[in-house]
Amino acid sequence: MATPNLVELRNVVFAYDAARPVLKGIDMAIPRGRVVAIMGGSGCGKTTTIRLIGGQLKASAGEVIVDGESVSRLDDGALYALRRRMGMLFQFGALFTDMTVFDNVAFQIREHTDLTEELINDLVMMKLNAVGLRGAADLMPSELSGGMARRVALARAISLDPLLMMYDEPFAGLDPISLGVIGQLIRKLNDALGATSIIVTHDVQESLQIVDYIYFVSEGRVVAEGSPAEIRASKDPWVHQFVWAEADGPVPFQYPSPPYAQDLLEAGRA
Amino acid sequence: MLDRPLNVLRSIGGGLVDAVWRLGYASRFFVGVLMLSGTAMRRFQLTIREVYFTGVLSLIIIVVSGLFVGMVLGLQGYDTLQRFGSASALGTLVALSLVRELGPVVAGLLFASRAGSAITAEIGLMKTTEQLSAMEMMAINPIARVVAPRFWAGVISMPLLAALFSAMGILGGWMVGVRLLGVDDGTFWSQMQAAVDFREDILNGVIKSLVFGLAVSWIAVFEGYDAVPTAEGVSSATTRTVVTSSLAILALDVLLTAFMFRGVV
Repeated sequence: MATPNLVELRNVVFAYDAARPVLKGIDMAIPRGRVVAIMGGSGCGKTTTIRLIGGQLKASAGEVIVDGESVSRLDDGALYALRRRMGMLFQFGALFTDMTVFDNVAFQIREHTDLTEELINDLVMMKLNAVGLRGAADLMPSELSGGMARRVALARAISLDPLLMMYDEPFAGLDPISLGVIGQLIRKLNDALGATSIIVTHDVQESLQIVDYIYFVSEGRVVAEGSPAEIRASKDPWVHQFVWAEADGPVPFQYPSPPYAQDLLEAGRA
Repeated sequence: MLDRPLNVLRSIGGGLVDAVWRLGYASRFFVGVLMLSGTAMRRFQLTIREVYFTGVLSLIIIVVSGLFVGMVLGLQGYDTLQRFGSASALGTLVALSLVRELGPVVAGLLFASRAGSAITAEIGLMKTTEQLSAMEMMAINPIARVVAPRFWAGVISMPLLAALFSAMGILGGWMVGVRLLGVDDGTFWSQMQAAVDFREDILNGVIKSLVFGLAVSWIAVFEGYDAVPTAEGVSSATTRTVVTSSLAILALDVLLTAFMFRGVV
């Protein structure tokens, strides 16, 4: 039976090295059909979280459940089978640079199915049409702008109609128009495919417009969560600082350092 | 007092442990590549495509170098042999030097710097730009899809390139010896034919080039896959491929020559 939540994280701990845990006990529930954002400053463990969901990393403690299966307990075969139901958009697209746009989008279909080239052509053209780049099918990735590359990567990620879409910083480094286009595409594709989407981002304003729910992560913990309306109205100082982009607050502007006067005096003596 | 010598000892020990660990890691990777070679064999066009990049695109450097090395062998060999009045043995000298030794070794060194470095840089950059991660997330194993075809392409290309190198070298030796210095054409070829043994010389040379091909391809794909995913990481991985492969070729050559031609066993 299908669980109401497609993805669940239960008290997940993860550390690259034991002395510095990246995630210190994260709980999240991502319901089917929704678009959920995971937000937080750089290096807070956002990307680590989706890598755990995708099974590229294994949790040190706690459980990551995707579609009823515990990701860290799957063997390679089962993990690959689960990944066939996932799509991921990487921060810089990660397009295969030695293939055309068409071949990039067709890649996964060719690898995983025995469809005829005729059918593959139709599927690829449909996906490219969905992101508005049917005309760019014959271009190489080096000939695309950043925004176009991101859209091709998006078409590639949805080529097999995944159940779960993950977006790693989909808005980073885009101009306002491309940014709006990508944002709208994420929402539309999610609803059209009946998928569930997770967006990892630090772009607050863009995401508040398209997502259903938001988790704020800081220093490896969920510090706030809520719908966009709740987040906008939040009095929590941490959320306030993040949403209104204030330079100083609970997240200090200064990297931990000795008193300023002491540093200046010591420099004078040296 | 004892700090310094202890530290030296510690760093030597640490370096040694690291080196052994890395060798073990590379060996596990090698076994992994062999186990995941099914795709590269079943969909052989993937491997053929890589043979084009590693083999066909290395042709120019192999052909030209082979020709030059053969010419030099012709010049030097003629000069020395003629002192003993045996310039007619030039064909034998050129052919044996190339088939037994220079063909596999020099072609191997050129292959490491031309194709090995390219394989490392390509796989390293694919890792840096998250292409390998993207493939993993598409439920496609990058070792099966990217690494194994490149590895087998290297193993297939290397003996062919070494054979071509030897053939071009013999042609170069003939051009200098027969055309330029006036060694008799018939003597050149017939002496060569009489002295070069198929099993003893040619087959052993082919085995050498096959071993070098395996070593270079293994090192190249491992260094690429293991590269630190930054510009600096890929550049040092590429350098390591060329240095390690070259040393491996020369060391393996000593070992193989000792077994093959000196009757060590």
